[in-house]
Amino acid sequence: MRLLSLLRVIVMGERNASRVVPPTGFTVGLTLFSAAAMAFLAVFALALSLATGRLADRWADALARTATVRISAPPGQMQAQTDAVMAVLATTPGIADARVLDEAEQRALLAPWLGPDVPVGDLPLPQLIEITEDAQGYDPENLRLRLSAEAPGAVLDDHTRWRRPLVRAADRLRLLGVVSIALIGLTTAAMITLSANAALAANARVIRVLRLVGARDSYIARAFVRRFTGRAFQGAAAGTFLGMAGVALLPEADSAGSFLTGLGFQGAGWLWPLLIPPLAAIVAFWATRAAAFRTLRGVT
Amino acid sequence: MIDLDKVAHDYGGGALLSDITLRLEPGSFHFLTGPSGAGKTTFLKLCYAELVPTAGTVRLFGRDLREMRRDDVANTRRRIGVVHQDCQFLDHLTIAENVALPLAVSDRDPGAQADNLSELLDWVGLSAQARARPPELSGGERQRAALARAVMMDPEIVLADEPTGNVDWEMSLRLLQLLVELNRMGKSIVIATHDLNLIRAAKAQIAARVLRIKDRHLQLAGADL
Ligand SMILES: Nc1ncnc2c1ncn2[C@@H]1O[C@H](COP(=O)(O)OP(=O)(O)O)[C@@H](O)[C@H]1O
Ligand SMILES: [Mg+2]
Repeated sequence: MRLLSLLRVIVMGERNASRVVPPTGFTVGLTLFSAAAMAFLAVFALALSLATGRLADRWADALARTATVRISAPPGQMQAQTDAVMAVLATTPGIADARVLDEAEQRALLAPWLGPDVPVGDLPLPQLIEITEDAQGYDPENLRLRLSAEAPGAVLDDHTRWRRPLVRAADRLRLLGVVSIALIGLTTAAMITLSANAALAANARVIRVLRLVGARDSYIARAFVRRFTGRAFQGAAAGTFLGMAGVALLPEADSAGSFLTGLGFQGAGWLWPLLIPPLAAIVAFWATRAAAFRTLRGVT
Repeated sequence: MIDLDKVAHDYGGGALLSDITLRLEPGSFHFLTGPSGAGKTTFLKLCYAELVPTAGTVRLFGRDLREMRRDDVANTRRRIGVVHQDCQFLDHLTIAENVALPLAVSDRDPGAQADNLSELLDWVGLSAQARARPPELSGGERQRAALARAVMMDPEIVLADEPTGNVDWEMSLRLLQLLVELNRMGKSIVIATHDLNLIRAAKAQIAARVLRIKDRHLQLAGADL
């Protein structure tokens, strides 16, 4: 029932709003403008939130993978040191798996730099061991100490660790985006409440007369709710369109490096901002309704 | 239809009305008199639930006002036509829209009674002024428009607060004529007025009871009227 009237308001806007309440002038214009501005901001907060979310997921993925131990030793000692390292790793808490890469895998890793045809076996290449952490993770300082004692040619290459604080920052940034969207919603509700209260106060006499001739509270509230909901939807639609255009026109960031995944929307992500206008309408609907019923409580 | 039982009202500065007991029967015709400030308007407001009595019980169509929810009050007001002392028009609407206002707010099918509206405007002689705004009307025209609005929903009772307040004698008689007609159609009528000539003119045509507010109490006026 209420959902139906909300839909009707969104579809038909103010056209059908009752003539019984005179035009509410600046208060409705104010709602149009603030809904547009807030929707514009919400698009960017949403884009930020989605982009940092993608970033955090990607980095977290990379982290979950591996670290490497690199062993550089004269050919005669290589096998002994490799065995020593494997023994150390097998007794290190926090390591789920350790695996000695074979020659084919090492060649595949080097191919981008050296080309596919280089006979890797003839080069004094280090031996690589891939480590997979378990959920707790290991203590890299402790592992380094033990490795240097058992295998002097082994170096722990913990290259993905530097990303951990960045993942945390990206997660925090995503949270800030979500908080911003919530604040934008609350601010919209506050502004619409103020506008609606101004309109209700300006029409105190009209409201009194309507009650006197037998209008129910819901009828009177509806006259105001229609206006503010319609305007909030229209304003938010305009603001969302401008915000999405702004995001679409952002310069491409991917070419500068995959570090920034681009602050835009990707694929189905473009559908998310389309939720902003209906949400603005819902916020306006409830804010105006609440304001109207609060005012009506003071009228017999 | 409207029952007051030991009703008292007090705006906060001492009792204005006290111990008022009255039963308004269907088809009855009452005048309510008393000097300015005696509480005539207050009495009528108690009858259409704009005010809640500070003591006693008001029953509208059998239901205790205190037990009625806000929607019940709204529905009940559609059964009571009121001509307010200051008319209470909405100036941004035309006279026709003002007269039709009770119907417009009632969620009933407005098309069904469009004929009714033009008939009603015709009855009070305001067909030509249908598209005018309330401030453009003379005092007598405003009062007739207010009466038309009061009967728009075909109420069972009409309460008129000083309907002849600032109109000339001829117009007063015309308004009285309309109210007498309504009474002959079976509606109960209450007219608050301090115009004794009007009361005499009415008594020549119908059996009207005259109530007087004196010293906060309601009394039946004697044969001197
Ligand atoms: N809302 C109000 N608040 C306080 N006093 C009021 C209010 N309305 C009326 N009064 C006072 O109550 C008295 C009776 O008013 P009213 O019922 O309008 O009398 P009448 O209609 O007989 O002239 C007056 O003294 C008036 O000042
Ligand atoms: Mg009065």
